[in-house]
Amino acid sequence: MSRERSFFNRRLHSLLGVIPVGFFLVEHLFTNYAATKGAQAFVEQVEWIWGIPFITVLEIFFIFLPLLYHGVYGLYIALQAKNNVGNFNTFRNWMFTLQRITGVATLIYVVWHVWETRVQVALYDMNATQLANLTHDILQNPVNLALYLIGLVAAVFHFSNGMWTFLITWGVTVGPRAQRVSSYVWAVVFVLVSYLGISALLAFAQSDFMGQMAQH
Amino acid sequence: MSEQQYVQLIVTRQDGPDSQPYKEEFKIPYRKNMNVISAMMEIQRNPVNAKGEKVAPVQWESNCLEEVCGACSMVINGKPRQACTALVDRLEQPIRIEPMRTFPVIRDLVVDRSRMFNALKRVKAWIPIDGTHDLGPGPRIAENDRQWRYELSKCMTCGVCLEACPNVNTKSNFVGPFVVGQVQLFNSHPTGAMNKEERLEALLDDGGLQECGNSQNCVQACPKGIPLTTAIAKSNRDATVHMFKKWLSN
Ligand code: HEM
Ligand code: SF4
Ligand code: FES
Repeated sequence: MSRERSFFNRRLHSLLGVIPVGFFLVEHLFTNYAATKGAQAFVEQVEWIWGIPFITVLEIFFIFLPLLYHGVYGLYIALQAKNNVGNFNTFRNWMFTLQRITGVATLIYVVWHVWETRVQVALYDMNATQLANLTHDILQNPVNLALYLIGLVAAVFHFSNGMWTFLITWGVTVGPRAQRVSSYVWAVVFVLVSYLGISALLAFAQSDFMGQMAQH
Repeated sequence: MSEQQYVQLIVTRQDGPDSQPYKEEFKIPYRKNMNVISAMMEIQRNPVNAKGEKVAPVQWESNCLEEVCGACSMVINGKPRQACTALVDRLEQPIRIEPMRTFPVIRDLVVDRSRMFNALKRVKAWIPIDGTHDLGPGPRIAENDRQWRYELSKCMTCGVCLEACPNVNTKSNFVGPFVVGQVQLFNSHPTGAMNKEERLEALLDDGGLQECGNSQNCVQACPKGIPLTTAIAKSNRDATVHMFKKWLSN
């Protein structure tokens, strides 16, 4: 066991990237998609989630710690690579490089995003409506919106391409044909999940987003 | 056709293992059907650089001159490949020639590929058949398996896949893609399969299979067209099965 420590660490890194972190990413973007149906719908979704028993325990053990492990170990892996797309200008080599760039971008983005939202909710004991308002405020600033769009697309890319490598890491897609089909499948997932996330961000950014809320 | 044509080469040289690399330009008379080795033989015959200075001839290694030994691997115009099959007519000039710096450089284009042989030893890339008595003939191999094994058996330990891989570098201890192909080669042999767990465990040791990041440069770069990425994914599958089996059996 001890001699296979780095093998074990890598497999854990890979697994945590999907379960639970990848699962959470997709769930999170589905929840936020409710914002496209107005602030009220979003608030209801948030209240439903906050109603789950032991939600803080779940957040720590199923989101924070796995992401911390994947992020820190991922940073170590990313900094180890000697990227060489200059000499090997192939699709897969670009994906390899982008997987590392988007990993680092996601790390920076997630720290900032969690600070601006989850930490503020905890510090000021906000309710779901206040959270909706806070998000709306953040995203009305065009610079913030642009940075959020970049962070979102980076995270979704990292997840989708990560699923492609995940299937290789565990020996599911073995041959070139299987891996090619897998590329198409995860490219479609990338587009669909990006669409979910981008529509939510744009909905939050609308100037009358909270307006509909006030009438209720 | 009367005018003499020239071939322009820029060679990255290094006088010894610890000395600084430097670039030197050469202009040599063109002949038809030259390859990079014959261009360097020309420099050996007349070791004068483009500035007209007499210099030490460029050092390189080569044996087979038909891309089966792997000794002449070097980086030509940015790509690691065999110098003996790098035809001058098909190369952009000036031809930039560098050693494969993933390996320790001994002199000029000569590198020390011992790490590859150490990696092969580590995974026991052979089939133990020695005994105190005659073990008799081995089992027959199915045609499908034979074809797969033939592809893997073409590896000449040239080092191109290590040079191409972004995860083989001084910051990582990855042994390199080729060794995964060799584990598959010996594990898919009916007699070799008797030691397959041993080879697989050695492959999962530090710096092993798990260091692959799926850039898939190796399979693009391998001059022998070895299905390295298939071997890697197959080994990943073997490792998954092995891991669960071990957990559940112990
Ligand atoms: C939204 C959060 C994240 C998700 C959903 C996610 C998901 C994934 C997935 C599914 C993989 C594929 C694992 C495999 O190849 O077996 C992966 C790989 C990777 N992740 Fe993440 N990740 C996230 C955040 C991060 C962060 C913050 C970093 C930090 C730099 C990072 C760095 C990496 C690296 C370097 C790899 C490649 C690993 C390898 O090739 O072995 N990831 N990620
Ligand atoms: S796998 Fe191919 S590139 Fe790698 S050492 Fe063997 S022959 Fe060379
Ligand atoms: S001399 Fe043997 S491969 Fe070039």
